Amino acid sequence: MSQAMNQDSLKDSVQDGVIEAKGLTKVYGSATAVDHISFAVGRGEIFGLLGPNGAGKTTIILMMLGLTDISAGEVSVLGFNPARQPLSVKRRVGYLPDTVGFYDQMTAADNMRYTARLIGFRHAEREKRIADALERVGLADVAENRVGTFSRGMRQRLGLAEILMKGAQIAILDEPTSGLDPQATTDLLGIIRGFKAEGVSVLLSSHLLERVQSVCDRVALFSAGKIALMGTVPDLGREVLGGGYVVDIEADGAGLAERLALIPGVSGVEKTGIGKLRLHADRDVRPEAAAEVVAMEGRLKFLGVQEPSLEAIYTRYFEAKPDAAVTEGERHAA
Amino acid sequence: MQREGSAFSGLGVVMLKELSDHLTSIRLFVLEMLVVVIALVTVYLATAQIKDTTAEDPFLFLRLFTTARDPSPFSFLFFLSFLVPLMAIGLGFDSVNSEHNQRTLSRVLSQPIYRDALLFGKFLGALMTLVIALVVLWLLVIGLGLLFIGIPPGGEEIARIFVFLLVTIIYAGVWLALALLLSILFRSAATAALTALGFWLFLYVVWPILAGQIAQIILPQDPRYMALGLQTPGTAELEQILARLSPSTLYGEVVVALLDPTTRALGPIYLSQLQGAVLGAPLPLGESILIAWPQMVAMIATATLLFVVGYVIFQRQEVRA
Repeated sequence: MSQAMNQDSLKDSVQDGVIEAKGLTKVYGSATAVDHISFAVGRGEIFGLLGPNGAGKTTIILMMLGLTDISAGEVSVLGFNPARQPLSVKRRVGYLPDTVGFYDQMTAADNMRYTARLIGFRHAEREKRIADALERVGLADVAENRVGTFSRGMRQRLGLAEILMKGAQIAILDEPTSGLDPQATTDLLGIIRGFKAEGVSVLLSSHLLERVQSVCDRVALFSAGKIALMGTVPDLGREVLGGGYVVDIEADGAGLAERLALIPGVSGVEKTGIGKLRLHADRDVRPEAAAEVVAMEGRLKFLGVQEPSLEAIYTRYFEAKPDAAVTEGERHAA
Repeated sequence: MQREGSAFSGLGVVMLKELSDHLTSIRLFVLEMLVVVIALVTVYLATAQIKDTTAEDPFLFLRLFTTARDPSPFSFLFFLSFLVPLMAIGLGFDSVNSEHNQRTLSRVLSQPIYRDALLFGKFLGALMTLVIALVVLWLLVIGLGLLFIGIPPGGEEIARIFVFLLVTIIYAGVWLALALLLSILFRSAATAALTALGFWLFLYVVWPILAGQIAQIILPQDPRYMALGLQTPGTAELEQILARLSPSTLYGEVVVALLDPTTRALGPIYLSQLQGAVLGAPLPLGESILIAWPQMVAMIATATLLFVVGYVIFQRQEVRA
């Protein structure tokens, strides 16, 4: 299949795609680990591959790096085919594997030096890049400590430092936050946002929906080797949670529920507690709701719109249509 | 499908890293100390034996390697032929599976190198380590020999000692390739180490005994030869063929040809072969090498075969832990 066709079909979803997968499939014996996956990642975008363990996320990543054979379909990374030009791909892409490992008996800087030599950086450039990268992830103080003494969070940061040192255009991060404490997770997500600020595209896989939601521009939700849903989190929320906005109100006032139901766009009002109401609407009706409460001379204690959560989307989606994954995946790919 | 770029980019980097890892490891220090101590003892005993028994020998220096203090069999060569496999196994048994277990493999392979470079680099790094260790050992033995015997070796002897070193390196390479293969096959370093030691014990100790028994089962001894107190030629040949399946047997035969210049054939000698031969006369080095050439080629082929099998398996192996 030609490159031109490939880009044509994806033009709608992403401009200037750095990763383009089309019908990507991986078969182990009789089991299909990845089943006709198509997606595209744009320049400077943070794209999340989300799904439970064993959904095929790591397999997709390994196929993009040319580290495992592609059974069918194709993927292009920065215009290169990883199966035929793995060195060109690997020179430009940084990879942080799931629970990354380093040589424990070597220092952090020596581990980085080994990688830098493999990449082929000359001595002076090597030392400068390593120092800069370690500085940026906050490991400059422990550069000469053996990695065996490092905590899990420090190892993950060292892995990110390696990607920075490499000067990668794409960072592929496999489960970067799993097993980290909240502080380490926040630090790590901060560094990942830093990638985006520099125009580095980030493809990140995770099974922790909540933590990842905050950094991803777009996500693809995986289930059993297929993309079930793909898009921005608010878009997915509207699509799956069925008609937009949920506004919570806590206020006094007799007959408030009836008056709120008359606001244009509100499709339903339910009581969720004493003096607590929940509005379902097709748009953000907070201003009108506030005005109604004030007009009734009621006391407004709380007014908020619910951001759709990935967890809710995921759960709702598979409750509603357990067998819809295939058609959804194809529709999004088109 | 043609791959882009060189399969060997990054080879030197991997090799140097492995070399420095090995040279600074406690494991190599222990192995090297073991070998050095044994070398000191055996060479000392050998010189004592040589002083006691040998009056005149044109290849006195070579005796240093093969002579044992009576009545023990413990010559330098004896120890070398079973310690070299141990060193090679010690350096190779965890070379690939440790990358899996430390979870460094996928990170290293995501750098712009092929798997070929990693595997070749690991093999060459360990082999270089063995070469350094063996060269040091050789120089040590030669130096001690000069001190104890007081007679410098001749040019022919030096040449034979050098070829002996090369053959020992090849022998080490066979065991290293085996250890590397097992480190690819088994994720657990302990399993790989024990399996390698099992092969070592079997091939070094059990197989030579077993070869004789199997040969007698397949081709029973002829009673007429037995009545004369001789081995049946067919049985003896079969026994030797079977025994040669072990690299230790091959190594032993090559070394006999190299270090004992009077060796004329490796195997049963027929009367027809002795016609016109001056018994006890030494052969030139080239002839000695020629006698042992098939064994040397067989060892190189074994090492290559083991490495290739490991290479193919490694190429097809999944990277993920």
